[in-house]
Amino acid sequence: MKKKRFGLSMSLLLTAGMLLGGCGQAKEEPKKEEGKASEFSVAMVTDVGGIDDKSFNQSAWEGLQKFGEENGLKKGKGGYDYLQSQSDADYATNLNKLVRNDFDLIFGIGFLMTDAITEIADQKPDNKFAIVDSVVEKPNVASITFKEHEGSFLVGVVAGLMTKTNKIGFVGGMEIPLIEKFESGFRAGVKAVNPKATVEVQYAGAFDKADKGKAIASSMYASGIDVIYHAAGATGNGVFSEAIDLKKQDPNKEIWVIGVDRDQYEEGKVPGTDKSVTLTSMVKRVDVAVYDLATKTKDGNFPGGQAVEYGLKEDGVGIAPTTKNNVPEDVLKKVDEWKQKIINGEVKVPTTRDEYKQFEASL
Amino acid sequence: MSENRLTNILVPVFAVILGIIAGAIVMIVSGYDPIAGYSALLYGAFGDRYYIGETIRQVTPYILAGLAVAFAFRTGLFNIGVEGQLIVGWLAAVWVGVAFELPKVIHLPLAIIAAGAAGALWGFIPGFLKARFRVHEVIVTIMMNYIALYVSNAVIRSVLSDQGFKSEKIHPSASLRSEFLQSLTDYSTLHYGIIISLIAAVVMWFLLEKTTTGYELRAVGFNQHASHYAGMNVNRNIILAMVISGAFAGIAGAMEGLGTFENVSVKAGFTGVGFDGIAVALLGGNHAFGIILAAVLFGALKVGALEMPSAADVPTELVDIVIALIIFFVASSYLIRLVLTRFKKEGK
Repeated sequence: MKKKRFGLSMSLLLTAGMLLGGCGQAKEEPKKEEGKASEFSVAMVTDVGGIDDKSFNQSAWEGLQKFGEENGLKKGKGGYDYLQSQSDADYATNLNKLVRNDFDLIFGIGFLMTDAITEIADQKPDNKFAIVDSVVEKPNVASITFKEHEGSFLVGVVAGLMTKTNKIGFVGGMEIPLIEKFESGFRAGVKAVNPKATVEVQYAGAFDKADKGKAIASSMYASGIDVIYHAAGATGNGVFSEAIDLKKQDPNKEIWVIGVDRDQYEEGKVPGTDKSVTLTSMVKRVDVAVYDLATKTKDGNFPGGQAVEYGLKEDGVGIAPTTKNNVPEDVLKKVDEWKQKIINGEVKVPTTRDEYKQFEASL
Repeated sequence: MSENRLTNILVPVFAVILGIIAGAIVMIVSGYDPIAGYSALLYGAFGDRYYIGETIRQVTPYILAGLAVAFAFRTGLFNIGVEGQLIVGWLAAVWVGVAFELPKVIHLPLAIIAAGAAGALWGFIPGFLKARFRVHEVIVTIMMNYIALYVSNAVIRSVLSDQGFKSEKIHPSASLRSEFLQSLTDYSTLHYGIIISLIAAVVMWFLLEKTTTGYELRAVGFNQHASHYAGMNVNRNIILAMVISGAFAGIAGAMEGLGTFENVSVKAGFTGVGFDGIAVALLGGNHAFGIILAAVLFGALKVGALEMPSAADVPTELVDIVIALIIFFVASSYLIRLVLTRFKKEGK
C-alpha cells in the first residue's frame, strides 16, 4: 500500500514536472522527490494579524496543525510551519523564504497577499501555492474563497427574527469587495424574514482598531439598535466590549452581537455571569479548507489553477453550534429552512450592493 | 578633535554591541538559544543572494528616511513627520506612474520629482508654521502624519481606484525594478532605488558641508539668535530645512511606490519606515555616511528577523527589542563616553 502510494506520487510529481517544462534543474530533482514523497511539507504566511488574531489566521493555523499532527509531521522545516508578516512589505519575502525552504505547498492567508502570490507564482512555476480569500489565476495556484454571503444571510435571518426594535447594525472593517459580501448577504437575510427591520451600515476603516469599533457600537446601541453584526476582525472586539459594558450596567438590557469567522461565544461572555452577548457567529471554516487542500495536495490532487469556493453546501460557512444558547428553537428551525433553500438553489444570496437591490425588489 | 571624532564613531559601535549582548540575555532569559537566533538572523539577512537583495531593498527607504530626519535635526528641528511625508511621496509617485505614459527617461524622474515635491510640501507646512507663528514642529508634524495617512487613503479610494483598496500597477516606464537585478538576486524585490538613496546621501553631505546655504542651515541649528545677529534669515532657513527634509522623505516614499510595491494600497496604519528613520539618524550620528551604515544595520535586522521564527523558533518581536536596546544605548551615550574616557585616562 505504502509502496503503491509512493509510486503514484512519484509518477504524479514527474508528470507535473514534465508538464511545467523542465527548467534545467533535472539533476537535483530526483533526489528531492525521494524525500518529498514520504515527507510532505506545508507552510503558511499570515498577514499582519498573526496566528492569535482570534480570526482567520488563527483558524488557518489550526487547520494546518491538525493536518500536521494527523500526518505525523513535525513543526518546522520539512514539516508544517508558519511565518508571520510584520508589515505588507514582508509578504513577498516570507513567501519566498518558504519556497527556499522547499515546502511542497505554501499558503498565503488573506486577500492582502494577492499581489505577492501572483508575482511569485510566475517566478517560481515549479512550486505549489494556495491563497485564501482571493482568486489568483495561475496554473500553480489553488484559490480558496468562501461564500461569506451565504453564512451572513443565515445570521441575518437570526438577527431579523430576534430583534425587538427592528433596528439592526452592521460594522464592517475596510470597505472592500470581500466585506461587501458579508454586508449584502446579511442585509438580504434580515429583509427576507423581517421586511420592517432596517440595517444601519458603518465601516471602521481598519481591521485592528478596537476603539473605533467600540465608538461605533456605542452610538448604534444608543440609537435603539439591538443587534450588531461585525465583520471587522479585531475592530469587532470593540463592539463586544461595548455590549459587555452596557450589559454590566443593566443586565436586563436586550442587546446582542453577532460574531464572525470563528465561534465568538467566549468573546461575548459577561464577567460574573454565565451569559454571553454573542447571539450567534458566522463561522468561516478556513481550518477545514486549509486541511482539505493540504490533504488533496499530499495525495497528488493539487487543484492548481482552480478556484474552490466553500459555501453552505460544503460546510465551509455556517452558524456556530453555540447559537442554541441564546436563540430559541423555532428561530433555529427557520434558519434551517433558509439554509436548505440556499443549498437547493431556491434562494440566490446577493454578493454586492447592486445584487442586494435586485434581491430587495424581488421580495 | 581627532580623538573626539574617534569617540563619535566608537559610541554607536559600542551601543550596537551592547544592544546585541542585551538582546542575547533577553533570549536566554526567555528560553531561546541566542547563538541559533543570531545565526538565523545573519543568514536571513545575508545568507544568499536573494536575502542580500531583500536586505538592500529594505535599506533603501531607511537611508532616505534617516537623511530626512538628520537634515532637519542639523538645523535644530525635530521632524517627526517623515512618516507622513513618505506616505504623500508614495502616493504622488504612484499617481504619476499610473496617470501618464511617457518614455522611461522622462517618466521615472518625473515620478520621483513628484514624490519629492509632495514630501517637500508636507514639510513646508510645519516649517512655515514654525517660522511664522512659532508653532512647535513636533506637534504639527505628528498631526500631519495622520492627515497624510487618511488623505492618501481617501485619494486611493476615490481617485486612483473605483472604491477599491489599492491603485493599479504603475506603468513599467516608471518602475525602478529591473530584470537584471531580479536575475542577479533570484527574484528579490531589489530595485535601482539604492543608487538614488546613495546619491541622496552625497547630496546631503555636500549641501550641508560644502555650500553657503548648508553653513547657514547648520548655524541656525547651533544658535538661532547668533545666526540672526550675524545677518542670516532664520525663518527662511527653518522653512528651507523642513522643505529639503520633506523632499528626502517623499523620495523614500517613491522607493516603496516605484520599486518595492509598484502600487499604493489603503493603509490601516503607518508603515513604520519614517519612525525607524529617527532611529537610523540617531545611530548614524546625523551624518550622511553614518546614516548609510545605520540603515544597513537596521535593514539587515528587519529582514533577517523574518528568518528567526522558522530557523531558531525565536519570535520576530525579539528583534524589535534588540533595536530598541540599541537606540537606548545610543541615547544613553553619556554612559559609554564616560567609560571610554576612563579607559583612555588609565591607558595614559
